[in-house]
Order: sequence, then structure tokens, then C-alpha cells
Amino acid sequence: MIQNLAVSVVFIGYAIGVLMTLGLVLTWVERKQAAIMSDRIGANRAYLRIPFTRVKLVWWGLFHGLADGMKMLLKEDWKPDSYDRLAYAIAPWVAFAPVLLVFAVIPFGGSLRPAELFAAIPTLAGWFGDRTYELQIAHLDAGLLVIFAFGGLTIIGAMLAGWSSGNKFSLLGALRAGSQMISYELILGLTVLGLIVVYGTVDLVAIVRAQSGIALGVLPAWGIVYQPFAAVLFLVASVAENRRIPFDLPEAESELIAGYFTEYSAMKMGLFMFAEFIEIAIIAALFATLFLGGYNLPYMSDAGFAFPGGRDVAMSHGAVLATQVVVFLAKVGLLCSFQILVRWTFPRFRYDQLLRFAWKTMFPLALANLCVTVVAVWALRGLAS
Amino acid sequence: MTAPRKVYWNAPTMSWWERSYLPEVLRGLSITGGVLLRNLWRWTTFRKGALTTYYPEERRADYAPRNRGKHVLTQRPDGRPQCIACNLCATVCPARCIEIEAGFDPADAAHPKSPIRFEIDYSRCIFCGMCVEACPEDAIRMAKEIPNFPGADRTDMWISLPELLTWHPQSDVAKPYPPKGGPT
Repeated sequence: MIQNLAVSVVFIGYAIGVLMTLGLVLTWVERKQAAIMSDRIGANRAYLRIPFTRVKLVWWGLFHGLADGMKMLLKEDWKPDSYDRLAYAIAPWVAFAPVLLVFAVIPFGGSLRPAELFAAIPTLAGWFGDRTYELQIAHLDAGLLVIFAFGGLTIIGAMLAGWSSGNKFSLLGALRAGSQMISYELILGLTVLGLIVVYGTVDLVAIVRAQSGIALGVLPAWGIVYQPFAAVLFLVASVAENRRIPFDLPEAESELIAGYFTEYSAMKMGLFMFAEFIEIAIIAALFATLFLGGYNLPYMSDAGFAFPGGRDVAMSHGAVLATQVVVFLAKVGLLCSFQILVRWTFPRFRYDQLLRFAWKTMFPLALANLCVTVVAVWALRGLAS
Repeated sequence: MTAPRKVYWNAPTMSWWERSYLPEVLRGLSITGGVLLRNLWRWTTFRKGALTTYYPEERRADYAPRNRGKHVLTQRPDGRPQCIACNLCATVCPARCIEIEAGFDPADAAHPKSPIRFEIDYSRCIFCGMCVEACPEDAIRMAKEIPNFPGADRTDMWISLPELLTWHPQSDVAKPYPPKGGPT
């Protein structure tokens, strides 16, 4: 069992490292990409100087993320004269922790066979024996449901923050966040139901494995091929779930100062921001897992590439694992960039438009998608049997 | 009873295509995404993907020839300033940013007075050019270049005689120097 523990510790370290790095880097990417999109230069002045030398590492302003973090840590942690100190203190953590937990069930690579990976070191290979591990922290059969369970917790953080701040703007923001997130969570669930019908499981490892094949001869069997409509709805609803522009009504600066975290300062406010940026990465990881084949490349399997036309490229186990991990990270990165593109393109909705869009447009569309999927799957299965 | 909704004269007229929102959203995304990709391509091929000038390190080269950027003092053929320290420019200056201290040279009978200190405070100068108009000797002009700012202190905003006399008149075709038919 100690082997399982060792592997789990490595995986958890990897997940936390990736999420924290992405959260930190995305604060910079957001500013830089916004600048590049609007013909500006963007963050480019912060630098690290190597001590005792004149060498300044600017790296395209990458250290602005560090500078932001330092600022957050060193600022005064001002507390409002609130009647509910406990709720005020735990609200950022309630908003932040579930976001990290969601990543536990997302597979970030294929299956690991340590005996094969460490074949050069016989003692290590012998120690692991013939165990195999999925590159996933917690192998839960109810993976997708766990994601929705934890995803639903962040709303409690927002509500607690808004309620305990003793500020009317915060309360308004929290109420807006509440109704918005509940509305869009419903749509998220409905769009994913279509996928569950197609794949017949809620286990994310099984869902990703099902996407490794070929559909219709040449296309990769990704979720977006089977459920293109659900993919668009899912992306829109998850951006709304993350309360970013064009759905950032809960923290609309021009109306509510900063919404439910108006009364937070220093690192507590930083936690809310950090949770938002990590959630960008989580949404990207989730979308990649459900609709873009997770760690799969087209025509790639655990043995290497098998291109249509009979050409095969064999790869070692280590190379396959590295490719899968890198492919997953690349997909996540591109999807993060796309979300930032969305955020800097659209104007904000009005609040009635937001809820009307959820209940009168997205909800019927998601239901229709589900109905069509169910009928199609039933008909195809009927033909097959 | 609700009041009838007001009809605005400039109410937006949108076709059903525009009102269905999604196509227009995709069009907007393609525009911004196109700009992003174009600028990214420029940056990655070692060109500049932005309109910005990195100011202290970089100056724009396209100042207009008549731009009133900084003052220059014209010189006599022997290199002394043409200024006779009459203080007209300092008097007319609405920002009162010119300070002149006159010197006296009895050996030069034609121009006994000349400035030994001529300083302009650019933190106050409004670049109106009235000093140039007031000068009876064509001793002060405005060049299109800008002074070597910014500085870390407001005393760095002063420009004094040595810098005012670093003017290369050959490059200014519009205003030949020495002026044709004028006083030397």
C-alpha cells in the first residue's frame, strides 16, 4: 500500500503545482493577452535582478504575477466591523478550496505502469510490481457527480462573503451570484447529461478512454464530435458559472464596486481572485476532458500512433505518458486563452438579460439537445441490436 | 396600470440574424481573435505588435517639422549666442519659466550684453512660442526635437545654456542660419 501512497503524493503535488502555477501565470496572461488583443504592449516592467549583477530578468513581464502576489501578501488585512467574524473569515476559503478539489477527479494522463517506466532501475520496478495507476488523484466512479458537488460549494463562499461583510453592495453581489450560479449550474448539468447518455458512465477515466477511438472513419471520437451543441452550451454556462465577463454581474465594478468581496482586502481578496483564475483552468480542464478527448491525441493509443492508412509509430511507455501529460496541459492552456479572449471581447449583460438568457434560451436548448441525444442513442442502439 | 413603454427615436434596428446573438458573438470573437493572432505573429517574428513607443528608451521619429518641442538659441558665426539678454522673452513668457542673467563685455562694442546664464524651466513651459515672437534678434527658436526628459527630480526639468546652444542649423532647411540678409 505504501506504493499507492507514494504515487498519490506525487500526483497531488503535481496537481497542486499545476493549478497554483496556472493561477499565478493566468493573472499575467490575462493582462498580456488583453494588451496584445488591443494593440498594446502590456505588463513588461517588473523584473528580477540576479543579486550582485546587473542582469535583469524581464521575461516579457512574467514576474508581474509575483509582484501582484507580494502586494496582496503585504497589504493591510483590514476587517470590517462585521457581526459575523467567523463567516467573514472562512468565506474566501470556502470559495477557494472546492475549486482545487475539483481537479482531484480529472484524469491528466493515461495509465501509468511504474514497472515499465522504471525498467532501468530493477529495485524500484520490483517494488511497484505489476501495479497500474490512472493519472488521476482520486479514482471515483462518480467522478462527474463529484465535480458538480464541489462546484456547487463555491456559491456558498460567495453567499457567506456577501452576507457577513455587512455591506449592501456585497449583499447585492452575493444575491446576484446566487441566482446566477444556480441558474447556470442547472444548464451545466443538463448539457453534461447528454454526454452521460452517449458514454453510459460518469467515470471520467472511462469517458476519456471512450474518446480515444475514431469516429466516422477519420474524426477523433471526441465528445465535441458527438455533442457539438452541448459543447457550446457547456462552455457558455461554465463561463457564467465562473462569473466572468460577459456574466460578471455579481462583481460588476460600475454598479457594485466589487460585488460580494467589496469588503475584503489583502490576501483574502487575493484568494477570491486566485479562485477565479484557477477556476478558469478547471473549466478548461473539464472541457478538455469531456469534449476534447482529455489527454488523447487523434490516432494515439497507449502503444503509440496508428495513423489511418496503416502507418504505425511505436512509442515507449515513458514517451507516451509524457506526450499525454503535455497534450492535456496544451489543451488546457489553449482553452484558458480562449476564455480570456471571450472575457476581453464581450460587453456585460444586463441582469434581466442574464437570467432570461439562462432560462429562456439556454435551458430549452439544453433540454432539446438532451431529447435529441436520447432519441438518437435509442435509435442507433436499436439498430445495432 | 403600467405606463406604455417609451419609443426612442434612435432605437436600435437589428435584423433577426443580429438578434439571434450567436452569429454576431462569433463574428466579434473572430475579430478580436484575429487581432490577437496577428499581433502574436508579429511579436513572435521579432517585430513590434503594438503601436506603443517605449518612451524613455525610444523616441518617435515622426514629429512634425513645425512641432514646438524645445528651445534652441541661435549662434553668431564665432559660436557665441546671438542673444543680447534684453529679457523680452522672459517678460512676455506667460508661464514665467525663462531666467536670464546678463553679462557685460566692453570689448565687443556691437553687442556688449550677452547672457551668462539662460535657463528654461520645462516643468512650467507651455510651449506657446511667444518668446520666439518677442525676440528682436532671432536669437531663440523652437526646434521639433524634444528635450531629454523625463528626469527623477524637478531640478532635472531645467535646461541651461550649454544644451540650448547645441543646435545644428544645417539640418533645418526651412530656417537657414545665418538668416539671409539679416544681422550677423
